[in-house]
Amino acid sequence: MAFGKDHDLHQRRFGRNLGLGLALAAFVAVMFGLTVVKIDRGGINQGFDHVLRPEMLPAEGAQ
Amino acid sequence: MTDLTSTLDQTRSGDAGFGDYVTLLKPRVMTLVVFTAFAGLVVAPGGLHPMEAFAAILFIALGGGASGALNMWWDADIDAKMRRTRGRPVPAGTVRADEALALGLALSGISVVMLGLASNWAAAGLLAFTIFFYVVIYTMWLKRWTPQNIVIGGAAGAFPPMIGWAAVTGGMSVESVLMFALIFLWTPPHFWALALFMKSDYADAGVPMLNVTHGRPATRRHILAYTVVLAILAVGTGFTVIGGPVYLATAIALNLMFLKGAVAIWRRDDAAAEADNYAVEKAFFRLSLYYLFAHFGALIADAALVRLGWGVF
Repeated sequence: MAFGKDHDLHQRRFGRNLGLGLALAAFVAVMFGLTVVKIDRGGINQGFDHVLRPEMLPAEGAQ
Repeated sequence: MTDLTSTLDQTRSGDAGFGDYVTLLKPRVMTLVVFTAFAGLVVAPGGLHPMEAFAAILFIALGGGASGALNMWWDADIDAKMRRTRGRPVPAGTVRADEALALGLALSGISVVMLGLASNWAAAGLLAFTIFFYVVIYTMWLKRWTPQNIVIGGAAGAFPPMIGWAAVTGGMSVESVLMFALIFLWTPPHFWALALFMKSDYADAGVPMLNVTHGRPATRRHILAYTVVLAILAVGTGFTVIGGPVYLATAIALNLMFLKGAVAIWRRDDAAAEADNYAVEKAFFRLSLYYLFAHFGALIADAALVRLGWGVF
């Protein structure tokens, strides 16, 4: 028995699922892009590993 | 098979397509939000990385859309009574009211948090306040209570350029307040002109629009009064830091046309309006749409000239 043509309901559900999928993919892409830009522009992140390095100490002249 | 088809037909209500959810976000209003927020972002001193600017505009637009969804959730009862709005997803039965509420709340949270992360928390705070102002102050409180609903509620639509400005600078300034005031003062003449030729729509829904509570002659006077103040402010903005030759020329030309239209509306009565099917009011409404896009487009053009080193002011 051959399947009949999809009912309007199925088409709407498919459209909704497709739209939601694309929206989520776009959100992931925006988040990824933002993360790359923020890290690129954020300078060197120091202290994330709790290891003290000389460049993290305040300059002597500033005291 | 007949039984199955009839069962499927009954599920039409509340089983929406993706487009129905997009309609819930008021895409036409969103274009205005995107454009004015972009203008605020471009004319602000300093700059953002293009990716940050894109994300800021996106989340401001999403916040605007969330307000639209919450507005449609709350106003479904009166939307069903007005010809202009009865095709909206909730009164039409394609999206359930609780779905509209859930979508509005979720997008509000996402847009505010993401704008804060993408730009700064001053911009995010302004966006949160805008959503609160539009949904609670305007939609839930003022819209059904006072004929000044449009005046005060118009503030919600005026915030996007301020948010765009704040996304770059992290604060507010005279220039961003002037952009706010431009939209704030433009909103009443724009909507009152619409209310004049939509005739009984607002009265049928019990919304106390000025033309319903104070009569149509009073509405015509109010349109003129607001247009005069708007024209002074719009042209005056041309002499500030964000103004320039393109903006000033645009503002002078369009405000003369807008004033001419407002005077024409003020000078005629309903009999004359009925005779030509509200041609003057409709023309004024159409002009009001171009008016705002042209002003903010001119601000963007002047900002571009300055960045190219061709600034005059």
